[in-house]
Amino acid sequence: MERLTVDVAIIGGGTAACAAAVAFRETGLTVALLEKRLCGAGASGVNFGGVRQQGRDLAELPLSQRARLLWDGLNAKLGEDVGFEATGHIKLARSEADMAVLETYARDAAEHGLALQLLGPNALRAEMPWLGSAVMGASLSPTDGQANPRVVGPAFARLARRLGAEPREHAPVRHAAHDGAGFTVEAEGVTVRSRSLVNAAGAFGGVVAGWFGEAAPVAPLSPNMVVTEPLPPLVTRSIGVVGGDVYVRQTRRGNVVLGGGRGTADVADGLARPVAATSLGAMEKTLALIPDLAHAQVIRTWSGLDGEMPDHIPVIGPSCTTPGLVHAFGFSGHGFQLGPVVGEILAELVTQGRSASPLHPFRIERFADWRGPYRSEGEIEH
Amino acid sequence: MSGLFQRLAPRLGAAIPFTIDGMPAEARAGDLLLGAILLHRRALRRFEFGPGERAGYCLMGACQDCWIGLADGRRVRACTTLVEPGMAVVTGGVGG
Amino acid sequence: MAEPVVAVVGAGPAGLRATQVLVEAGLCPLLIDEGHRAGGQVYRRPPPGAERPASDLYGFEAGRAQTLHDLADALAPRIAYRPGTMVWSIAKREPAGFALNCLGPQGHGRIAADRLVLATGAMDRALPFPGWTLPGVFTLGAAQIALKAQGMAIGRRVALVGAGPLLPLVAHQYAKAGATPVVVLDVTPVWAKVRAAPRLAAMPATLAKGVWYMLAGALRGQPVRAGVRAIAVEGTSRVEALAWEDARGRRHRVPCDAVAASFGLRSEAQAADLAGCRFVFEPVTRQWQPERSPEGRSSHPLVYLAGDGSGIGGADVAELQGERTALTVLADLGRPRDAAREARLDRLLARQAGFRAALEAAYPYPHHLVETIADDEIVCRCEGITAGALRRAATERDAHEMNRLKALTRAGMGRCQGRVCGHAAAEILARTLTVPVETVGRLRGQAPIKPIPLREPV
Repeated sequence: MERLTVDVAIIGGGTAACAAAVAFRETGLTVALLEKRLCGAGASGVNFGGVRQQGRDLAELPLSQRARLLWDGLNAKLGEDVGFEATGHIKLARSEADMAVLETYARDAAEHGLALQLLGPNALRAEMPWLGSAVMGASLSPTDGQANPRVVGPAFARLARRLGAEPREHAPVRHAAHDGAGFTVEAEGVTVRSRSLVNAAGAFGGVVAGWFGEAAPVAPLSPNMVVTEPLPPLVTRSIGVVGGDVYVRQTRRGNVVLGGGRGTADVADGLARPVAATSLGAMEKTLALIPDLAHAQVIRTWSGLDGEMPDHIPVIGPSCTTPGLVHAFGFSGHGFQLGPVVGEILAELVTQGRSASPLHPFRIERFADWRGPYRSEGEIEH
Repeated sequence: MSGLFQRLAPRLGAAIPFTIDGMPAEARAGDLLLGAILLHRRALRRFEFGPGERAGYCLMGACQDCWIGLADGRRVRACTTLVEPGMAVVTGGVGG
Repeated sequence: MAEPVVAVVGAGPAGLRATQVLVEAGLCPLLIDEGHRAGGQVYRRPPPGAERPASDLYGFEAGRAQTLHDLADALAPRIAYRPGTMVWSIAKREPAGFALNCLGPQGHGRIAADRLVLATGAMDRALPFPGWTLPGVFTLGAAQIALKAQGMAIGRRVALVGAGPLLPLVAHQYAKAGATPVVVLDVTPVWAKVRAAPRLAAMPATLAKGVWYMLAGALRGQPVRAGVRAIAVEGTSRVEALAWEDARGRRHRVPCDAVAASFGLRSEAQAADLAGCRFVFEPVTRQWQPERSPEGRSSHPLVYLAGDGSGIGGADVAELQGERTALTVLADLGRPRDAAREARLDRLLARQAGFRAALEAAYPYPHHLVETIADDEIVCRCEGITAGALRRAATERDAHEMNRLKALTRAGMGRCQGRVCGHAAAEILARTLTVPVETVGRLRGQAPIKPIPLREPV
């Protein structure tokens, strides 16, 4: 049994956790990171790959805008191409009511400094003549885009290791506790003693919080994803819809990635699987948006396990029971874009006790009176 | 232009006209699209991610190397698709 | 109580024999087959219009092929037969059993099954060598199918390369059809065959067949050259020649316009993967296969396995396993057992297993060739990922496992989902890390098992 003593122990190996490990090393703290499988293989590695500010809960916009700045420099920081491209994110309206939703959101977002462009039917046709007839308007966020989720988390993990962090993969955490002097984290094959502890355990974040007497209702959430064979360039922007029942993008290599609906989550083994009927449904909805994809062949479907909170925004902030414990989990299906900035924020919280970003909406105390389990349903907005 | 495949067993069935990149070609009843094209051409399609052309590989529907386009937009796996009269194959001018 | 629904996937020798046993017991099984005509790949039946006499198509196996095809025709009206239908997804159904998503002549369909018999067969095993992605390079199986199903040769001057008993067979079939190969090269060593000969002799009929093919080749003045190394197809946009090094290190070159090359067989096991079967590493042929008990059980109580899809045994073994496995299904359904029949099949299968072990020893998987794959050679032919990219991912990007290698490099992420490159990529990864190949794992199966159109065909 390996024993490590570090300044900060991190439970979880997603992008936020690995980015935090990097940020801690940059401030000179020693770090151990405990991941039950492989770093970046969970929700942060198998998501849609949307890098968007548009459509987020307004409370998330300050974080998301700060994150957006980081994405521009990510290749340089990580030393490899993570495939980020600012293709823009366009959210489509399929009814008058949808358009009204987009108009309201654009006004609210503008107050937060996010400039969105509303497009009527004619402007939209001129911009994307290949859209299907069901679409009647849109809201465009030109600075948003997409990236390759499979490489971002692992790249942060490697950078953390290069900087001297101690990531341990295949090391599921059995228990963690605070004994007055510090934290003891017991994982498979390794026990870590630390002054501070980061709970970035995704769908299991609520379990970890529970070890410290804090309620955090996290429901498993498994977005259902589909990808086609490589196709000639067509889908110029990352696409979402009001209501969130389908989202589509085309990668640089030509594959069209589409999602919508949910797979099945097996919380026991931490794995999620796609559901055939859901895949077929997302394919049909994609075709309604982009009829020219009719002859494309689907080559793969997948899902991943994320954690969703009842109010669809994450828990980010210090524990209210245990000094030295900081939470960041429950990203509710849209944490990919935030991952890099959450790493920085966690480092701020641990080293300075506060963050430059407004975190009040994400405090764990908001669930202090929560009783019983929470079951997540409905669409995941993209 | 000469093809890659050669027909060894004569076929008594009906002639089936089809086209490859607009050029008239002839197959026989029972011909799969892959063989029908490779009797006339040396490849089926371009490779998407680099130079070069592809002519299929496993012929049993497993390797997915022989997906080609038809003029009506359909995409078919040439080794498991029978030639139909009037099929218009689009190779993008490969295998000449 | 309603009859239990048993779905047999695959209508090759294993699937057909399994179906026969179930029908004889009074069941009406589903038989789902990608092929438009039953028979599988070994006894592949040409499409209507391309039929030829069985003796021309199947040689020594004509009788067996004919028997199986007759069996398929006899079974068709007594079963729920779904030809031309691909099972593309398998999911658990509550409280037990499976939901199969299928794509067939009538479009998408969903089939509920209480138990599954998976007889999904095998395909050729690939190993990259210079020029292997040029148009005109095929598998040995492809060369054989072109001949059997289409009456065509894959070229005018055809070279054959192999590492298994398929090599002399295809050479013989091509010569007999009037397209004598320009050269027949075996990359496995002569000593392996010599050493395995006594055990091969335990199966006189099969050995006689193998010897006959080799002798026939020798009499044509065209022996199989064994122990060949450094295979390379030359040509810029098409196959122009095949070059190699003989067992004594001398270089050779033969002009040709087509090459068929395979390095054994690999199980098509995606369906077993999606159904939740446990996989085990088979050390002789160095591949992961669904765990299969001698009586045909998988690790899943409602999934049964038969034929090459769960371990390479060839067509004769597949027939026996199909029959044996179906008896196990019947026993599990509480039907009366025929202990004598089970015992007879178990004896025959044990004998075949000994023979197969000898055959595998005679034709070992030439994984050592992996070392000679140059960094600029494409390994994943769908995505165009090179051996160098895989090696760099292992040494510079912490890829220690196959699914991580896939995520970082895209190898195995294309249309074929790693069917073709998976084994070679695993060997490259393991050698780069200097670890046993089984420790790098295997690519997880993902639906769809093969591509499905975004729009449902009408």
